[in-house]
Amino acid sequence: MRFEYFQMIDRIVALDLPGRSVRSVGLVPKSSTIFEGHFPNYPLMPGAFLLECMAQTAGWLLIALNGFKSMPFMAGVKDAKFRSAVFPGDALEFEGRVVHEGSGYAVGESKGRRDGKLVCNAQIIFTIMPFPSDEFRGALFEWGERLELPVKELAR
Amino acid sequence: MSATFDKVADIIAETCDIPRENIKPESHAINDLEIDSLDFLDIAFAIDKTFGIKLPLEQWTQEVNDGKATTDQYFVLNNLSEQIDKLIAAKGA
Repeated sequence: MRFEYFQMIDRIVALDLPGRSVRSVGLVPKSSTIFEGHFPNYPLMPGAFLLECMAQTAGWLLIALNGFKSMPFMAGVKDAKFRSAVFPGDALEFEGRVVHEGSGYAVGESKGRRDGKLVCNAQIIFTIMPFPSDEFRGALFEWGERLELPVKELAR
Repeated sequence: MSATFDKVADIIAETCDIPRENIKPESHAINDLEIDSLDFLDIAFAIDKTFGIKLPLEQWTQEVNDGKATTDQYFVLNNLSEQIDKLIAAKGA
């Protein structure tokens, strides 16, 4: 994870387009200025960041499903739960599923685990919009490649 | 009043916390009930799930933006209910 770039997952480890599911991993950094404030002398991964991990996981699935043709933006969150404290250095796994693809929007469900145990989950609603620019889409290509997504294959 | 309208009104009441009695067939979702686009996403999701359809929101928005349709055609609730009935019928055809 690179908090300073808001890149909250490190790698996509499984992508199942027919099953509309994805799995990702992310290692919580051992040190970050974030932990100086959250909290002093008790560094804790913010729940808001866990939510973003889950949103990015499901978001990449949506991008993969639409072949890098449009961009999901988080528009709503329901039933978000942060079940146990997550600390610097924790290795997390996330899974995302698309439960509904509407017209111009989609609904995903994501979960995060540490050592197989559920630490967070949420339902996330995305609006699906055209990429704001070719440069934006290009940056997503590069980002996707860093996550080891088969970008060229998906964007065909 | 159609059964479809009743279900749509129930969805809106629950999703947007609007008193059910204020939701009428002639109500305009945006102009009268003040439902914004974000709340309408929740409503669309509930309608899609309830009726097993996919409301063509992008197409409707495009038609309104292009001046080919008015918002009344899609967002006055008895018209919305008719659109839903058409989508259900098309699905079964």
